[in-house]
Amino acid sequence: MYYIDPHIHMVSRTTDDYETLAKMGCVALSEPAFWAGFDRGSAESFRDYFRQLTEVEPKRAAQYGIQHFTWLCINAKEAENVTLSREVIALIPDFLDCPNVLGIGEIGLNKNTKNEATIFAEHLELAVKYEQQILIHTPHLEDKYQGTRMILDMLCDDSRIDRSRVLVDHVEEHTVRHVLEEGFWAGMTLYPVTKCTPQRACDIIEMYGPERLMANSAGDWGPSKPTAIPDLILEMRRRGHPESLIRKVVYENAIEFFSQSQGFNFKAPDANETAASS
Amino acid sequence: MPIPMTSNQVLNREFFEIRAKILQLAASFDRLNRADGSVDGDPRLSLVHEALAVLASTQEDRAEQIQLLFSRQYEDDWREKFDLASTE
Repeated sequence: MYYIDPHIHMVSRTTDDYETLAKMGCVALSEPAFWAGFDRGSAESFRDYFRQLTEVEPKRAAQYGIQHFTWLCINAKEAENVTLSREVIALIPDFLDCPNVLGIGEIGLNKNTKNEATIFAEHLELAVKYEQQILIHTPHLEDKYQGTRMILDMLCDDSRIDRSRVLVDHVEEHTVRHVLEEGFWAGMTLYPVTKCTPQRACDIIEMYGPERLMANSAGDWGPSKPTAIPDLILEMRRRGHPESLIRKVVYENAIEFFSQSQGFNFKAPDANETAASS
Repeated sequence: MPIPMTSNQVLNREFFEIRAKILQLAASFDRLNRADGSVDGDPRLSLVHEALAVLASTQEDRAEQIQLLFSRQYEDDWREKFDLASTE
């Protein structure tokens, strides 16, 4: 089955991983800008990073038939440095017209501080000004519930935000309902220990239905599994869910959401076959 | 959306997995007891015991309740505390 990974950090993965993803059925992925594992010293470091996301990774992915899309921002962890964050936000417009850019992300909160909230709000301003889609990181572990509610407060208070163009990521059992009920898209991250397992993600699909719900691996430099989505596909099949439902969650939903961005020039691998046979 | 398996099918599939997870927990508590020192006053252990009580209950949203148990409180006046203006 073809699938799309809507959240994976390929700059942290080897070329072998691209090959494995392709063999598993991954035909496209989207890579939000994130924390490199250390705090960067200047905005110029981010300029180079954005070049990597918009120039280098699409070529690396294309070698394996995978279409690469990306999101730009300064992540929540480094957003604690307000001065640096404003310098980075100022250079983002230079990259918004690159052909694989889908929007602003992954912005959000990490420890739910005042500085993080300030920079989150300034990212929202940027997205509104340039009519960009938004991808949002929600905090980890004990900070997730509080941070998710704070993020929803800020989003819902701003009438300029089109909720159908916002993806709130890393939802779990205690946050998914709040996100979906407010009209946003929700992403479940499949991690080996923290966040969701494929089994719990499948439970959430059964409890809330497949509308506006996606799954991702969020594979990065830490403990993570880039092939987590095929694990979810297998779990759904083992439970007896129809292929049409699985395909909606791991493929069609991503296309529906991303298609709202002018940067999503996705070519379905089977498009020509479909046209020829119809 | 219903789960397309009967409860009997779920139990058949997951019995050994549940058993293994309970054993893993039991061994963790035994290890805590065998180790030198005491963590009796550690609030994390209190949370674990509260979570076990939720686990042993029959309510239908145990995963969500345990998530909330391990979460920091949300307060809806957080913006006033941060002195951040709402866009309302």
